[in-house]
Amino acid sequence: MKRRLFSYPYIVWMAIFILAPMLFIVYYAFWGGDGSFSLSYLRDALFARDIEGNLANLRSFGHSGIVAIETTGICLLLGYPIAYLLSRMKRSMAAFVSTLFVVPMWMNFLLRTYALRSIFLSLESATGIQILDTQAAVLIGMVYDFLPFMILPLYTILQKMDKSYMEAAQDLGANPAQTFTKVVLPLSVPGIVSGITMVFVPSVTAFAVSQLLGGRKTPPLIGDLIHRRFMSDPPMYGVGSALSLILMVFVLASMVLMRVFDKDSPNEKGGKLW
Amino acid sequence: MKKLLALTLAALLVLPMILGAAACASRPTLNILIWGDYIDPALRTRFERANGVRINEVTMESNELMLAKLREDDSDIDLCFPSDYAIEKLLAEGLLAPLNKENIPNRANIGDTFWALTESFDPGAVYSVPYMWGTLGILYDTTKVTEPVESWSILWDEQYSGQILMYDSERDSMCVALSLLGYDINTTDETEINAARDALIAQRPLVRRYGTDELKTDLVNGVAAMAVVYSGDAMLAMAENENLDYAVPLEGSNLWIDNMIIPKNAKNKELAEQFINFLCDAEVGAQNAEYIGYSTPLAPSLELLGSDYIDDEVFNPPAEIMDRCKGYHNLDEVVKIIEDKNGKEVPITGNDLYRQAWEAVLQF
Amino acid sequence: MVKRRIFPVLRGLFLGAMLLFLYAPILMLIVYSFNDSKNLGTWQGFTLRWYADLFLDRTILRSLWVTVSIAGLSSVTATVLGTAGAIGIHSMRKRARGAIEGVSQLPMINPDLVTGISLMLLFVAVGLKDGYVRMLLAHITFNLPYVIFSVMPRLRRSSNLLYEAALDLGCTPAQALWRVIIPDIWPGILSGFILAFTLSLDDFVISLFVGKSVNNLSMYIFSSAKRGVNPAISTLLFVPVVTLLLIVNLRAIRKEREEEAQSRKVRRKR
Repeated sequence: MKRRLFSYPYIVWMAIFILAPMLFIVYYAFWGGDGSFSLSYLRDALFARDIEGNLANLRSFGHSGIVAIETTGICLLLGYPIAYLLSRMKRSMAAFVSTLFVVPMWMNFLLRTYALRSIFLSLESATGIQILDTQAAVLIGMVYDFLPFMILPLYTILQKMDKSYMEAAQDLGANPAQTFTKVVLPLSVPGIVSGITMVFVPSVTAFAVSQLLGGRKTPPLIGDLIHRRFMSDPPMYGVGSALSLILMVFVLASMVLMRVFDKDSPNEKGGKLW
Repeated sequence: MKKLLALTLAALLVLPMILGAAACASRPTLNILIWGDYIDPALRTRFERANGVRINEVTMESNELMLAKLREDDSDIDLCFPSDYAIEKLLAEGLLAPLNKENIPNRANIGDTFWALTESFDPGAVYSVPYMWGTLGILYDTTKVTEPVESWSILWDEQYSGQILMYDSERDSMCVALSLLGYDINTTDETEINAARDALIAQRPLVRRYGTDELKTDLVNGVAAMAVVYSGDAMLAMAENENLDYAVPLEGSNLWIDNMIIPKNAKNKELAEQFINFLCDAEVGAQNAEYIGYSTPLAPSLELLGSDYIDDEVFNPPAEIMDRCKGYHNLDEVVKIIEDKNGKEVPITGNDLYRQAWEAVLQF
Repeated sequence: MVKRRIFPVLRGLFLGAMLLFLYAPILMLIVYSFNDSKNLGTWQGFTLRWYADLFLDRTILRSLWVTVSIAGLSSVTATVLGTAGAIGIHSMRKRARGAIEGVSQLPMINPDLVTGISLMLLFVAVGLKDGYVRMLLAHITFNLPYVIFSVMPRLRRSSNLLYEAALDLGCTPAQALWRVIIPDIWPGILSGFILAFTLSLDDFVISLFVGKSVNNLSMYIFSSAKRGVNPAISTLLFVPVVTLLLIVNLRAIRKEREEEAQSRKVRRKR
């Protein structure tokens, strides 16, 4: 009961610095600059058409979603084995190697992206293979930027996992593959969920990487679109805010979906069983 | 032990910076809003030492961001270096302070050509002093482009498909297309703007990327044939790769000037004027231009830089190139009024038309 | 038997390849910081001038100082506030917990640009004028959810029984928290802290909007792209951190080895 008190400072902070600024966004999305209520910003944000009559903004939403899903998928495919191998190592060795995986994030992401760009450039001028200014470059760049965000929560959960479960499974005749799918994987679902969250969310709103590596030859990402709306002169706060609201609802919805998945995992039930 | 070690190392890392920050905390501070790396740090230090002040640089990468900063109600900027059309806009919004010309005697060093150019955005040069300038043109790789580069139309040549780099800026790209079609680069005629837009859309399959400052590195590394860049960037790239050359097409182009201005609510106006005067000094200007690599409007500075710079057509373009270039204007005047979906009347300005055209090219 | 020998090799190859992927660009930056040109990719001779420039250029040093100090202060504050918050939220009933967790995600979900602009609107409305304080508050705010969501999975996996046992054994709730819960969720707290610190180091857009005339490193780097970034910045930012971490970690490994050796000796004596 008393433990709830610990959260009060945080809740106050949240109200001031998260909820209050949000009200400004809601205000601009519906009342625009001039203070009269209108749904037109929301409609423009959703159904804007480009010169050929395509639903340009919806296309951007779709494009961003696909890029984010691809990025998250690749990060999971690469990050899970890494985290798993790390969790199997001796404690101090694991700490050392996991640090190695986190450290690259301490280099400014703009510098890293510029560096990745120059690697692609050198590769192309040496071999003629073009990666830069293709969709592949964007994906590599995103994975490069966000992979540590996947490894960290997965490693945290896998390392905490009680090894005796696995031993028990093996004693009961499960082969390594079965042990993994029946014991390790289900127990690591919370880690997978936070890993996916931490990669999916920033990649769905990213724009700098795609600009620097992708060359703007594909339709703009949603982050790009919002950036343009707020940065245009004069800034279009109404449509920009409406786009941000839609994006927020979109991401929140996917998070709720994840939460449902998380709740179904044997972990929570298991927690209660014990 | 571990913690101790970590703390010691962290302290060693941070200490010099704390000392540095503390040492200059008490002196009067001049906040300047400027493009990144756009002043020789040695000159800045010299001014700081001589006057017992501190200069705090806030760096920005676009005129639009500078405008946004200056518009903030509680902006604390004392001096800013925006381009011509941005100044026109600031002036229209009443955000500028008139300069006290008596405090800036070195204004006399600025060549007449540049005062004439200033007339177009700041009549009478009441609010601004030119700082650096340049042209917009084509940087190209002579090993890939053997024909002479004389026309913007080379950017539409299918022979170079996938090797053309365009500048992601509505005014600059539209300038390219408008010049190609023989229209004024400040036109607000909707049919002309749409024609330019369609030309740029038609060009899209040939373009490898729409970028900004990074375009020149692609040329330096030899992965593209040509790029639309500013002359200052071209200078930097040509210093890295001798196969590169720069041309301002015969149809004409943009000539831009970055100027020094003081915002209306600047707190250290006199100090800012003193700094402007310092930067207009002949010897200081020469050193600064040498460091930055952009062209200087200070006539005596150019003399000091010597024949290497004077004879360089990129750094110091001859009159015939200058004559075919024009400055951008702020196109805030209303071109037409349309009805939106709610039946409300919405004014569309020239700037809006340019923005919409460029967004159509980028598929927004 | 063969399987046993192949596995470590494959494991090493995989981890090595991944590390190479992550480090190649960084190594490139470091190597080219000694190159006599700002262009990464063409070697034009050895030089130390970027380092000399770096230590002369107070704009860079100041922005570095702003970045590091803001990252340190904001991540520590966010870790304390966020860990306490997570522990409190965890003990709430499901519905309240869901609502608060949902709101907590907002700064993660919002594009940085929106967070930055909305915070700027707030600060202007409130009349907070100091750019450094603004930036600090903004960084704490966007760091918080990452701390919360690093600590939460740990809390969910840790059992309440230990805490209750500690209370039964006569601990005050505060003692039980400090002695039982915190050690149990420590790895989560640590990774939350690291994430917060990292994100703060990297932030560009939010700082841009709230920082007024305070410049951080990302802002400097982005605006310097026009003329090329001083390549020495990367080394300056990176090498001290890596050295520090390597020293700390290698000492830990050596210590563990020594302990193992010792216990082996003890066993042998027996």
